Parts: sequence; structure tokens; C-alpha cells
Amino acid sequence: MTFEMPDFSLALPEIWVLSMACVVLVVDLFARGRESALAFHLVQFTLLTTVWLSIETQWGLTATTFSGTYVADKFACLLKVAICVLTFLVFAYSRDYLRKRELLRGDFFLLGLLGVLGMMIMASAHSLLTVYLGLELVELCLFAMVAYDRENRVGSEAAMKYFVLAALSSGMLLYGMSMVYGAAQSLDLAQIAAIAASGESGLLLAFGLTFILVGVAFKFGAVPFHMWIPDVYQGALTPVTVYVGTAPKIAAVALFVRLLVDGLGALHDQWQIMATIIAVGSLAVGNLFALVQTNIKRMLGYSTIAHVGFLFLGFIAGTEEGYSAALFYAITYGLMAAGAFGVVILLSRRGFEADLIEDMKGLNDRHSGFAVVMLILMFSLTGVPGTVGFYAKWLVLKSVIDVNMVWLAVVAVIFAVIGAFYYLRVVRMVYFDRRNDGEPLEAPAGLRVVLAANGLAVLALGIFPDSLIMACKVALAG
Amino acid sequence: MLSLLIWLPILGGALVLAAGERSQGATARWLALGTGVVVFLLSSVLYFGFEIGTSAMQFVERVAWVPAFDVYYYLGVDGISTPLILLTTFATVLVIIAGWEVIQYKQTQYLAAFLIMEGLMVGVFSALDAILFYVFWEAMLVPMFLIIGIWGGPNRIYATIKFFLYTFMGSVLMLVALIYLRYQTDSFGILDFHGTALALSEQILIFLAFLVAFAVKVPMWPVHTWLPDAHVEAPTGGSVILAAIMLKIGAYGFLRFSLPITPAASMELAWLLIALSLIAVVYIGLVAIVQEDMKKLIAYSSVAHMGFVTLGFFVIFDIFAHTNGTESGGGSAVMALEGGVVQMISHGFVSAALFLCVGVLYDRAHSRLIKDYGGVANRMPIFAAFFVLFAMANVGLPGTSGFVGEFMVILASLQGNFWYAALAALTLILGAAYTLWLIKRVVYGEVANAQVAALTDLNAREFIVLGVLAGAVLLLGIWPAPLIEVMAPSLQHLLQQVIATP
Repeated sequence: MTFEMPDFSLALPEIWVLSMACVVLVVDLFARGRESALAFHLVQFTLLTTVWLSIETQWGLTATTFSGTYVADKFACLLKVAICVLTFLVFAYSRDYLRKRELLRGDFFLLGLLGVLGMMIMASAHSLLTVYLGLELVELCLFAMVAYDRENRVGSEAAMKYFVLAALSSGMLLYGMSMVYGAAQSLDLAQIAAIAASGESGLLLAFGLTFILVGVAFKFGAVPFHMWIPDVYQGALTPVTVYVGTAPKIAAVALFVRLLVDGLGALHDQWQIMATIIAVGSLAVGNLFALVQTNIKRMLGYSTIAHVGFLFLGFIAGTEEGYSAALFYAITYGLMAAGAFGVVILLSRRGFEADLIEDMKGLNDRHSGFAVVMLILMFSLTGVPGTVGFYAKWLVLKSVIDVNMVWLAVVAVIFAVIGAFYYLRVVRMVYFDRRNDGEPLEAPAGLRVVLAANGLAVLALGIFPDSLIMACKVALAG
Repeated sequence: MLSLLIWLPILGGALVLAAGERSQGATARWLALGTGVVVFLLSSVLYFGFEIGTSAMQFVERVAWVPAFDVYYYLGVDGISTPLILLTTFATVLVIIAGWEVIQYKQTQYLAAFLIMEGLMVGVFSALDAILFYVFWEAMLVPMFLIIGIWGGPNRIYATIKFFLYTFMGSVLMLVALIYLRYQTDSFGILDFHGTALALSEQILIFLAFLVAFAVKVPMWPVHTWLPDAHVEAPTGGSVILAAIMLKIGAYGFLRFSLPITPAASMELAWLLIALSLIAVVYIGLVAIVQEDMKKLIAYSSVAHMGFVTLGFFVIFDIFAHTNGTESGGGSAVMALEGGVVQMISHGFVSAALFLCVGVLYDRAHSRLIKDYGGVANRMPIFAAFFVLFAMANVGLPGTSGFVGEFMVILASLQGNFWYAALAALTLILGAAYTLWLIKRVVYGEVANAQVAALTDLNAREFIVLGVLAGAVLLLGIWPAPLIEVMAPSLQHLLQQVIATP
């Protein structure tokens, strides 16, 4: 047994985030009482530098290290960039909200940063062990964040529910992994892929595959493993909801691609049918249940389920183009969801969560600029051209039509029309329902700038989507 | 050139919004009007610079837009789209003037919405890339959705959501069809789609997907039900744009997509389209008679008139079947298409004018119900003269623009099937019935009540708007040749494509 020195330089982004997390922990201990401003800025600084580091050290490479358990490639790099950028946005939205409620402590950002670390590990995982390690790190942080406001009973309940269900699904995933390990005699994804392609021990692999798919679907929140989404979205503090709803979805794409494409891609025919059921179910349940919600966080929760259904279309196609479409979908969805929750945060005050759809009433009278931002975001979620949501839908539809599954595309667009209704209802509140008593909105400049930038990004990517599409394509071309 | 026509109004709209934030109204209004007029003048350059006698695309612009998927920013116009672009820029100017004093609530947003929509509509008419077309086609819904929803009547929210969902439903299926066509032809160019060899069953599915999209927009019976609601609730300007241009976009879609891309399916299903058109013409005509709301009446009359357009487009197959492709048959078929397009333009003027007339009354008396009026001519003689003129054009009186299109379509369908022509001609009577009855009850007679007695005649602004429209209606009625000249080669080319393929 020889000991090989791992190439640490490849994993520089993760190492950097981890060290900074430790620094923040210590700094925050000593700098308490000043609203943790230092911790916040340090975390944001870390996220931005990680974007740079990831591109610098990993773009254009395909190399493994740590005895083949860690891979640095374009896919991982793009995911890390997206995760960091989105989390940066989310934290920028969160700060003011937490401060108003006297919940602003460094722990929040620290937990978030560790969650980011977990997601980055998932993105770079090249063995079942690394996948699981990253996943558990994310989930532990998420549990704690959902329960962040201890006084809040709804939040605690949501956290408990989330914990139990997530533990169950992790168990499933692990069980599936153990079977795959049994079949392949290896944890290494490349070896598993080789075994899967050779067609040996097909039955065992198929069993493992099913359990893994269940676990992955749970992390996405796809039907029928979606039960936790509405409760967690509604119960958690709004900043936590945004956090849960954006970056982890991208990490879930990583989970899917690493396990089911890099690892078990040869069994595409077998998981395609399961994924189809999941996708159609998600589209149906997500869109239909969202129609009747009155709470905007819960509505966006169901809408997430519907979007996951769309995202799965890309996986179902099973082509490189399809996977890149799914990745594009996840990234842009994160951007849109972050903005939508950002508006909810903007409207809320202490003692008033603004989490009912009705609370959007008269936004146009109160501030026409934010009304436009909300308008763009809602139409983008609907998938209207001119916004990035259109390209997201278009790419996944195209990928299923290219593999001759036109019926699936038709089903998807019909549900998209149904989905349009509840987004329009928000626009209706913003624009059509006038409210004279609404006082002008006040928000710190930082929040306003970030929100405006978010809205503009959705619009700009909707008009010039090429660079991001290309990046997703290149990332999956390997 | 075309880019300028698309982006100048959109930019203008953004500027109007920005100006409105600072000053109150006046600057923004003049800015909006200025933009509208400049765009209209630019579009007339398009008309005069248009080379007559060729069916090729002109003023072409082609730049790679999303190279990852071969999507081009590809614009160009032919004889079909040029008149429609002119109509768009013309109507927008009128709408801006019409909303000058009437709109009080958030006027700058109102004007900006119309300018942005103008740019998007010009985009629809000039896009030659399927995805670009779809982008404009869908994006156009957004300002209209807001216009009806914000400045509409009491039931506006129901109407606008219905409007959006109907049209959205139609267009997503079209998107699927477009992506499928790309899969077949390896290009998103609309011209590349033309003449693609597709099996009949494929063609029929694609045709149906297009049909849903375009039939909703036109609207054809039985998917017309969003239109009366949307019209009744929309502000005057919204109704004008809706009737004058949005409906034409559906008909334009038939010419640009359905007929040339799926000719065999069009032939196969022409009976269906003709049947739907005739139902629209006759049944909706009857429905129009019993309306009590003026706007609703005009909305139903729009559905009936658009029935003529679609009849003209799809009767060509019958004409060919009947005349066995002889010279005269070809002439009649072209005439049917020409008649349809002329009817589109004419209806754009006439329906816009009628909606503006109702708007004039509504601004004064705040009612759209016929029974609240009577004897308006006694108090508003100039207005009454205009109203009667436009009503006559709606009926299709010779000398007005309404006559030309309807006459051409009826004459041509006579070559196809006598009964089509007979049923279509019936609409002249029905149209006369509901329009003249409307006029009788609203304009003539004794002064009905105090409200009517208090009416004042047109002010200068309204006079200009209606006067310009009256001029257009008469000009097109007496001398339609310049219009027909522009579009004839393109329609002939279209006809060859349609007939050659099967």
C-alpha cells in the first residue's frame, strides 16, 4: 500500500471556504454585539473570492485527486460559481430581514457557508462516499437553519418534519448506494460506470438505482417525495426559505448528474421511465396545488415542485443537451426564485411577514420600480419570452422533442399554462388591485440595488442567453 | 431599418417611463407622441422604399443571436407584412392621441405600455426566425395584459386573465410545433420551414397546433369568447389595438405559417376552417344583433368580419378543386387571398374607428349601453356624421374600405362553391342589420335623456383622430390599388408554394 500525496491545489476552493468558515467562527465570537457586520462581510467576501478561485483553479480541467474521490472539472466549476453567486444574493437579501427581527447573528451566515461547502463537495464528488459526505453536510446545516428562530413553533415543526423525512430519504439513498457498491465492488464513480456499462449484475444495480433515484428525487422535492417542501417553505424564516429554494437545487442537479449520469448513465433506459413518472407527477401536483394557495411562500413552494418537473424533462431526454438544459434550468430558476423571495422580504416588516399573496396588493402604487421587478420575475417563472424563464423551458422542451417524446412536451406546456394562472394572480395583486393606504416602501439601499440587479439579470439573460447556455453545454461536454 | 422600427418605440417607452417618474405628465405625453409620430414616418419610408413586383423579403437583417442553437435575429418584410406594419404604427399614434386627456391614472405607464407594444408588434410582423417570432408574439401579451388589467372596466381582472390564458394556451402548442419543425429541418428560419417535406399525419398535427394558436388570436368560433370580455373591459386604446392589430396577427400567422408550411394539411382541413369561418360570419352576426353593450356589439362584429378573412384564406383550395387549376382559377384564388388581406387592413381602420367613437361617447356619458343613448345627433352633429360613416364602412358600403375586401372574397368564393358565397353574402345583410340598428338607436331619434342632452360635440383632438381615420377608410375604399399592388406578388408566391407542394 503506497501513500500518494493528494494534489491539494485542485481542491483549493473547498479548502478556502473551510478555512474561512473557521475564521468567521472565531471572528464572530469576538465581534459579537455589533450585529455581526464583520461576519456578514467576511462571508460575502469568501463567496466572491470562491467564485474567482473556482474559475481560476478548475475551469478547463478534468482531474481527480484524493485517491479519485474528488474531481475538478468544468461541470463542478460552473456549479460552484452558480452556488456561490446565488448564495451571495440570498445573504444580501437576508441581512436586513434578520436585523429587523433581532435575529442577526453570525451563526446564520456561518451555517450557510458550511452548507455551501457541502454543496461544493457534492459538485466535485467522484465517489459515493464524497457524494454522501457533501449531502449530509448540506442537510445538517439546513436543519439548523430551518429551526433558526427557536421561538417560532411553525419553524420548529417544519424543521422536525424536514429532519425526519430527510433522514429517511438519506437512508434510502445510502441503501441504494450499498447495493451499487455490492455490484461494482467499488465506490469510485468511474468504476461503477464501467460495471454498469458492461451489463453485469444488472438486477442488483437496478435495485440500487431505484433507491438512489428515490433519494435524489427527495432532495429535489419531486413528486411523490415532495411532502416536505410546502411546510418547510412556509414554516422557515423567509431568508432560510430562499436559501433552501435556490442553491440546494443546483446541488441536487450535481447529485443527479454525478450518481445517475456519471455513475449509472448506462442504465438510462431503466431510470428514464421512473423519471418520466416523477416529472409528470411533479408538474401536475405542483401546478394544481399552487393554484389554491393563499400564502405566497407556500405557493412558491408548490411552484418549485412544478419547476422540478420541468427540470426533470432534461434528465429524461438523457442527452448531453438535455442535462445541460436541466442545469441551465436549475441555475436560472434559482435566480428567479431568489428575486421573488427577495420581494417578499422587501415588503415584510417586523411583526408583518408579508407572506400572503394579498400583501402584494398595490405594490405598483407604492413603488413602481419594484413592481416592474416583480412583474419580470413572475413572467419569467411563467416562461414568457423576453425573460430567462422562457429559455429555460424552451431548452428542456427542445431536448425532449429531440428524442421524439413530443407527447411529454405537450403535457408539460399544458401544465405551464395552468401554472401561468397563479403567477398572473400575483401580477394582478401588484398592478390591478389598487390600495390607497399603502405607505411608500422603505428599504436600505443595498437591498434595493441587489433586487434591481436580480430583476435586470433575469431580463438580460432572457434577451442574451447565449453565454450561459454555452457555459452549461461546455460544462457537460466534459 | 426594421430594427429601428422595433427598438425605437421600446426605447421611447422606457424613456417615457423614466420621464414620468420625475415630471408630471406633460413631458412624458409629448415624448410619447413624438416617438409615435417618428416611428410612423419611418414606417412610411418602409412603404415607399418597398420594391413592388417581387415576393422576396426586403430590408433583411440577419445577425446570430443565440448561436448555441442557431437562433438568428432575422428580420425582413414582404408585401404581406409591410401594410400591417404601417397599420400598427398608424394605430399607435392614434391611440396615444386618444388617451391624451382621458387617462388619468398612471398615464405615463399607459403610454409606455402602448409604445412598447408597438415595437413588439412590428417585431412579430417582421420576424423571419421562428424563435424570434415567438418571442415577440408572446412578449406582446404582457403589455396588453397590463393595459386591460390596470385601465380596464369593473370586470377587468377576469377579462384580462382570460385573455392571457387563452392566448398563452394557444401559443405554447405552437412552440412545441416550432421546435419539432426545427428538429425536422435543422433550422429555425421560417423561410426554411416553407416547403419542407413532411408526412401528411405530421402536417396535420403541426397544422392543428398552429390552428389553436392562430384561431385564438383571430379569433375564430368557438374560441372567440375571450374577445368580447377583453374588449368590453379594455380602455378605448386597448380595444383599438386589440381589434386593429392583435386580431390581424392571428390571420398573419395563417399566411406565414399554416398555409406555406403545412399545405397538404391545410388542403385536407380546409373544410373545417371554412365551416368555422362561415359559422363566425353567420352565427356571430346573429349574436351581434342582440347585444345591448355597444363595445360588445362591435367586438362580435369583429369576429364576424375576421371570419371573412379566414374564409378568403382557405377557400383557395375549393377554387382550385373547382377550376382544375386553370388560369382563371389561379386569378380567383389570388383574389381570395388579396380580399382577405384587404379586409384585414380595412377592418383595422373601421373597428379602430368604431371603438374610438364608442370611447368618445363613454368619456362623456360613462355608459356603453345602447339604451342610455338616443338622439345623439341632435347634440353632436359632427360626431354623428363620423359615426355613421364608419358604420357604413362596417356594413361594407361601396366607396368605403369595407366593401373592397368583402366583395373580393365573395366574388372569389363564388368560384369555389356557390353556397359559401351565398352564406358569406348573408353577412352583408346581417351586418347591415346590427350596425344600422345600433346607429338608429344611438344616433338618431329624439334626445333620450338629460345625459344625452348635456353632450358636447367633438373637440379638436378627437376630430383629428376620427378625421384621419375617415380619410383612410374612404381612400382605401375608392382607390385600393396601391395596397393591392404591394401585396400581390407575395400572395402569388404564397399561392404557388401552397399549390405546388401537394
